[in-house]
Amino acid sequence: MDTIKKGDWVQIHKIVLKPEERASHLPEDTKKVPLEMWVKGFALSDGKIGEEIEIKTVTGRIVKGTAIKLNPRYIHDFGDYVPELAKIDMQLKEMLFGGDCDE
Amino acid sequence: MSRDMSYDAVMSRKNEIMKKAIGIDYDVFETGGIGFDYERMMREAGYSLEEIQKIQSSTGVGNTPILELKNLTALARKLAPKGKGARIFIKDEATNPSGSFKARRASVSVYHAKKLGYKGVIAATSGNYGAAVASQAAMAGLKCIVVQECYDSKMVGQPEILEKQRACEAYGAEVVQLSVGPELFYSFLCLLEETGYFNASLYTPFGIAGVETLGYELIMQFREKLGRDPDKVVITHAGGGNVTGTARGIKKAGAEHTEIVGASVDLSGLHMASDRDFNRKSFTTGHTGFGIPFATWPDRADVPRNAARPLRYLDRYLTVKQGEVFYITEALSVLEGLERGPAGNTSLTAAFALAQEMDEDQIIVVQETEYTGAGKHPMPQISFAKQNGIEILFGDPDTEVPGQNIVFPDHPSKIKVRDFDLGKARMSYIKNAINNYGKKEISQYDFEFLVKDTNSDENFVRSVLSELDVKVL
Ligand SMILES: Cc1ncc(COP(=O)(O)O)c(C=O)c1O
Repeated sequence: MDTIKKGDWVQIHKIVLKPEERASHLPEDTKKVPLEMWVKGFALSDGKIGEEIEIKTVTGRIVKGTAIKLNPRYIHDFGDYVPELAKIDMQLKEMLFGGDCDE
Repeated sequence: MSRDMSYDAVMSRKNEIMKKAIGIDYDVFETGGIGFDYERMMREAGYSLEEIQKIQSSTGVGNTPILELKNLTALARKLAPKGKGARIFIKDEATNPSGSFKARRASVSVYHAKKLGYKGVIAATSGNYGAAVASQAAMAGLKCIVVQECYDSKMVGQPEILEKQRACEAYGAEVVQLSVGPELFYSFLCLLEETGYFNASLYTPFGIAGVETLGYELIMQFREKLGRDPDKVVITHAGGGNVTGTARGIKKAGAEHTEIVGASVDLSGLHMASDRDFNRKSFTTGHTGFGIPFATWPDRADVPRNAARPLRYLDRYLTVKQGEVFYITEALSVLEGLERGPAGNTSLTAAFALAQEMDEDQIIVVQETEYTGAGKHPMPQISFAKQNGIEILFGDPDTEVPGQNIVFPDHPSKIKVRDFDLGKARMSYIKNAINNYGKKEISQYDFEFLVKDTNSDENFVRSVLSELDVKVL
């Protein structure tokens, strides 16, 4: 699914500053990489993922960049189960309410 | 005519862009040196407490409940010496429209922008403030852009910031996301210039005045409920607006004896502008990476003069460990039945330890909570830390090394009070002032300003100045 139709909701990517254009006094690791930007909006033309496209954002700005995702999904969640947290919970309940709360 | 949009050219237009985008002429509060008339700025460029109460009540902001944490208090008393263990309360700021106290700041900024006729607002923030501005802008029918530092160079996003992006978009805002680096400010200036929108900075006089109602309300609620002022109020500290606004409100309520305690998560050793360190921290605000730089040099903010000046108000400043805050977040959940987000639990952790040094009949208040959910909950944060190679251990939190491990206390008695030396902070503030202004001698006015801005005394400032070989004229 890498074709984009005019009006589709897409996320674009662009380089704002190349490494050599960045501010001075950056940490070494940051200095080596560009300053990048991501923004979402409605495609102003048909296009393809991986190609340059113009979008109109929800405030009406027109921005050009490389289309990277169509209808981008929110990927954050509650993560993996963390058993350490259950250990904390049981310790706290035991301390305050006594020893039979795990029965 | 096309404008020069190079980094240097845009940065050199900074003052001109800012003037248009804030609508405050900061020059009238200046005297040409280090000092400026802070109280006059707060009076003339801000709003009165009564005006703000009106603005906030018309948008459903404020009047948040106070809850007593009886079980957490009981736990603290089990660990404290006999007769010790103050009553712990929280102010449930998560009940604000966007889920945090930041709605107070945003409500006034957005009101002001609308009054001045701006079509939209822009805020540079990766935190709750973005959601707060987006929510208030939605109510006011203004457009909204939030600029956030979100991803590292591999496009891996901090889960909490990804959640903020979602929230801002849910409120109808445009979110501009950037990779790590202080040049976010450059992109921010470009957007202000392009759109002509209002700079809804976190650090304007009206933004800070928006937080004063929190402190004022809190005192009034205690007087009504318990007939007395609380002994200590603990405030999660990052950029300094939370401390400054709350403390000013507490003082406006006439609570002269309530101690103001700041608290931040200790992230020492991690560089805030480092692409690698960015995703090695489990807290995106309320940490020392903001707390110390902003306390020791507030005028680093995105406005010419920062209205948030925490050193003026802090009586104590405590640091807590990441593992301790996660532990207390669990305690709030399983012992109090309140699932709340990360930042407020920083001051709660400090309060839990501090309560154990106080008498049983004393009162300690944590002045905020924030919403929790996907991305901004201990589970996704710890999972993310594990993916980034951070070791998760049980033991003594004093052995925690930010960026390398997270140490959960193996027993709640390991959660400790750790004072950050405010004398050191005051000294580095004075050094920063002298260096940034390149002064060898300062006026009597500047001298008096340094005394006030560091909340110290003449002898202290004089001794630091003489160490720096700076004369007072
Ligand atoms: C929920 C919450 N608490 C506390 C803070 C710290 O506030 P400030 O930056 O004003 O010190 C923030 C913001 O960064 C926040 O979002």
